[in-house]
Amino acid sequence: MFSIGVFGFLARRNLLIIFISIELMLNSVNISLVAFSHYLQSMRGQILVFFVITVAAAEAAIGLAILIAYYKNNPTIKVDEINILKG
Amino acid sequence: MTLPQLFFAYFALAMTTLSLLVVTRKNPVHSVMWMLVLFVHIASLYLFLNAEFLAAIQIIVYAGAVLVLFLFVIMMLNLRKEETVKKYQSQWPFSALTGVMLAAFLVLILGKITVLPSLGKYSIEAIKSEGSMMTIGKVLYTEYILPFEIASIVLLVAIIGAMVLAKKRME
Repeated sequence: MFSIGVFGFLARRNLLIIFISIELMLNSVNISLVAFSHYLQSMRGQILVFFVITVAAAEAAIGLAILIAYYKNNPTIKVDEINILKG
Repeated sequence: MTLPQLFFAYFALAMTTLSLLVVTRKNPVHSVMWMLVLFVHIASLYLFLNAEFLAAIQIIVYAGAVLVLFLFVIMMLNLRKEETVKKYQSQWPFSALTGVMLAAFLVLILGKITVLPSLGKYSIEAIKSEGSMMTIGKVLYTEYILPFEIASIVLLVAIIGAMVLAKKRME
């Protein structure tokens, strides 16, 4: 699932799908953390997942805000057309 | 095959299929809808792994807040015309190759794990006797109080940053 997220991150042109792929990767890491904390009978994994969810929510909010701010200037969300930083 | 194994097999298969669907749909709204189904599956997997609090958080934060945020942004951007163009970048076979190689690497690594750390004190019985949220709360507010406060500051910065970035310019 993490690999599928990486594939989506690298392959899609739509910036929104790229954000969704990031969420996918974070979720796969969360699953493995919860599973390990279950089998090791430790609470640390679950605490870490709690913080990962917090940071993921913050990251999604900031990323989408940047996306909206960009879209107001140039109406495209395809990553290969976002090239105003090119020298 | 026992019943838990059967459950796990179903969840593994369903989640892999769903995440493939998420990254390959052309319409972002469809992607988000598949993501919703995927999140519900993840939450029920958390329930199987004795993480009731995280299952609730998963539904509330991800399915309730993050996906609605995505849907709002998709609707604000009004993407009708984008649906007809090709959806992958030109180098997508290399991306697929990277994904496959990463998956093989992860499987190899997981097969090599032989030494496991000793078991902690939070066995299923210990959690059951005290309640899942009680246990998490106790650990969170004693051992992890500093990261907890930092997380709250991260959220505050995110709120302010999102508002500043997305607001209309005032002339």
